[in-house]
Amino acid sequence: MAKLSIEDLKKIKESVQASVTLREGGSRAKVNIHMGTCGIASGARGIMTAVMDEIEKGDIKDVILTTSGCAGLCSREPMITVELLGSAPVKYIDLTPDKMREIFSEHVLGGKILEKYALSVGSETTF
Amino acid sequence: MQDLSLHILDIVENSLAAGAKRVEIRLEEDLQEDRMTIEIVDNGCGMDEEMIQRALDPFFTTKTVRRVGLGLPLLSEACRISNGELCLQSSPGQGTKVRATFQLSHIDRQPLGNMGDTLITLIVGHPEVDLFYEHRKDGASFSLDTREIKGALGDVPLNEPQVVSALRRHILAGLEELAA
Ligand SMILES: Nc1ncnc2c1ncn2[C@@H]1O[C@H](COP(=O)(O)OP(=O)(O)OP(=O)(O)O)[C@@H](O)[C@H]1O
Ligand SMILES: [Mg+2]
Repeated sequence: MAKLSIEDLKKIKESVQASVTLREGGSRAKVNIHMGTCGIASGARGIMTAVMDEIEKGDIKDVILTTSGCAGLCSREPMITVELLGSAPVKYIDLTPDKMREIFSEHVLGGKILEKYALSVGSETTF
Repeated sequence: MQDLSLHILDIVENSLAAGAKRVEIRLEEDLQEDRMTIEIVDNGCGMDEEMIQRALDPFFTTKTVRRVGLGLPLLSEACRISNGELCLQSSPGQGTKVRATFQLSHIDRQPLGNMGDTLITLIVGHPEVDLFYEHRKDGASFSLDTREIKGALGDVPLNEPQVVSALRRHILAGLEELAA
């Protein structure tokens, strides 16, 4: 098995510490995925995997990924909230991994809100 | 829910909503006894006797955004149709233990699904919580304790992209080996 040894973890630790000093720790965006029962049953975990794949593929280091519980809009799940530093959060609904990848490149990386999948712009700020 | 790994994700989300700081997931596939057992133990706020009774009723929830709770009733039904049962043990301030059993070979037993994606989703979503996972199958086993990993990482958070990538590969490889 690809054993993750203490040595491996130490190497990762050093490499992370080096890159964190370079970018001075700032994050440009936060993606929050709603992980309540309805979200999970309608594919939220697959949305999470899609974002993680994009982050890995693009070697992105300044996007924070979080999860939260049910927001009460169960029929529109999977749902996420994208928040760029200094801008109002945007909620996206009825997602699929493909839509997620589009939102990731257009909005999270490109800064352009994708109105066609958005529910609302505004509401609560989380960072 | 399409598979058991999604149920597990959902049940652990209950533990996290209950303020758990450590969650232990144990999964056993016992071919001899034709049993599959999933155990989720947390140190969250726990439930009193009345809440335990009501937790299996879909019309009970302590959430305020929606009036029904679905997580536990759905898992209970998945157990029941495959000749198993759901058992809830809890006490206020002590934490909760959810034990789900299934007849391994039962035609209606849901497949396990992608446990790796469930674990990584939990780790990324709740890096501050200690997560323990143990999967036993036919004498072989795979286990993971994020408390140990955090110890080795020091002040580097568990949800750093480089750490997440390494953990993903590690979990995937370990579970693949176990499945083979
Ligand atoms: N591990 C736990 N610790 C403490 N309380 C729990 C735990 N699991 C469930 N509960 C209680 O049981 C209730 C029902 O849980 P269930 O998962 O069925 O529904 P829910 O979490 O309220 O809603 P849903 O899962 O449908 O989003 C919860 O609202 C909570 O009060
Ligand atoms: Mg629940």
